[in-house]
Amino acid sequence: MEVKVGMADMKVCSGSDSIITLGLGSCVGVILYDPTAKVCGMLHAMLPDSTAVRNHTNPVKFVDTGIDELYKAVVAKGANPRRLIAKVAGGAEMFSNTARSSISKVGSRNVEAVHAKLKTMGIPIKAEDTGSNYGRTVIFYPANGEYHIKRIGKEVFII
Amino acid sequence: MSSNLSIEVMSEQYFDVLKEIGNIGAGNATTALAQLLQCKVDMKVPQVRLLEFSEVGALLGGEEQVMAGVYLAVEGDITGSIMFLVKEEIAMHLVKKLMGDFCGETMGEMEISALKEISNIITGAYLNALSGLTGLKILPSVPDLTIDMAGAILSVPAIEFGRLGDKLLLIQSQISDEIDIDGFFIMVPDMESYEKILTSLGLTV
Repeated sequence: MEVKVGMADMKVCSGSDSIITLGLGSCVGVILYDPTAKVCGMLHAMLPDSTAVRNHTNPVKFVDTGIDELYKAVVAKGANPRRLIAKVAGGAEMFSNTARSSISKVGSRNVEAVHAKLKTMGIPIKAEDTGSNYGRTVIFYPANGEYHIKRIGKEVFII
Repeated sequence: MSSNLSIEVMSEQYFDVLKEIGNIGAGNATTALAQLLQCKVDMKVPQVRLLEFSEVGALLGGEEQVMAGVYLAVEGDITGSIMFLVKEEIAMHLVKKLMGDFCGETMGEMEISALKEISNIITGAYLNALSGLTGLKILPSVPDLTIDMAGAILSVPAIEFGRLGDKLLLIQSQISDEIDIDGFFIMVPDMESYEKILTSLGLTV
């Protein structure tokens, strides 16, 4: 079964299932994975910092609170916290002329927020495909730990 | 600035404003396109939609639908951003119309440049509608264009809306020459600018 994760959304899966998010742009797709239990979860977060925004009713919209929720969900699904690793994709800057807007460099700010959050939690990032200026469709397979990255007109890239 | 403003609260009045801007803007765009492309262009009544983030992809034909997206920042009396989206094949159709025999089969440098010009005219038509309606001075930045998956392009306005709520407001305009040209138009004024737009129309915030 393929579990679909939407924008500002978080889901878990295990075993022979896979988990997918389509058309990731400046958002980040964070995977937490226990390779022994074959349990994983994916967070599709839009903004780096929940404390910088007044309206934060949806914790999985943000990297900081979203990773907390993701952690709780994978542990509840049977992952061992000590075995958790992370893989990260997304965080592109889709347009080059956003310098003066509120979303200036939001892709890289999202990626930085992921790094900072995972560091405080002591979860290592095993692989990463972030930045640049193109969209990504990402699929994670907990059976073998492969994170497949598709972009327009290019071969699938595995991290 | 009020402390509890959100897109859900703002939306009803803003919805009506957007509808009117959508109507006038689409009218302006239709006239401008007809002049540019030297052909008859018709328009349908545009739809204004308030969508959950998860619903947006489906409306556009799926998150992986390849689209051309143009983004520009606005300054002046209000600040924020504007985005115009059209499916890649429709973008190509418009470019072919404009360039005629000079047009290649794929989106090269010349084709992108032509598409930017068309997008300028279309976004300009909407901005003029907003400016005319509100009496506010609105200055667009140089546009940037990308061709990519709908989901990825939409992440940009969605993130901007994401600071305000969990929904996205868009205008779906349909114009047609020989084929239907489904264009999606998204305006994201900053919070202060929402208030300015509504106040300028005599509406209370």
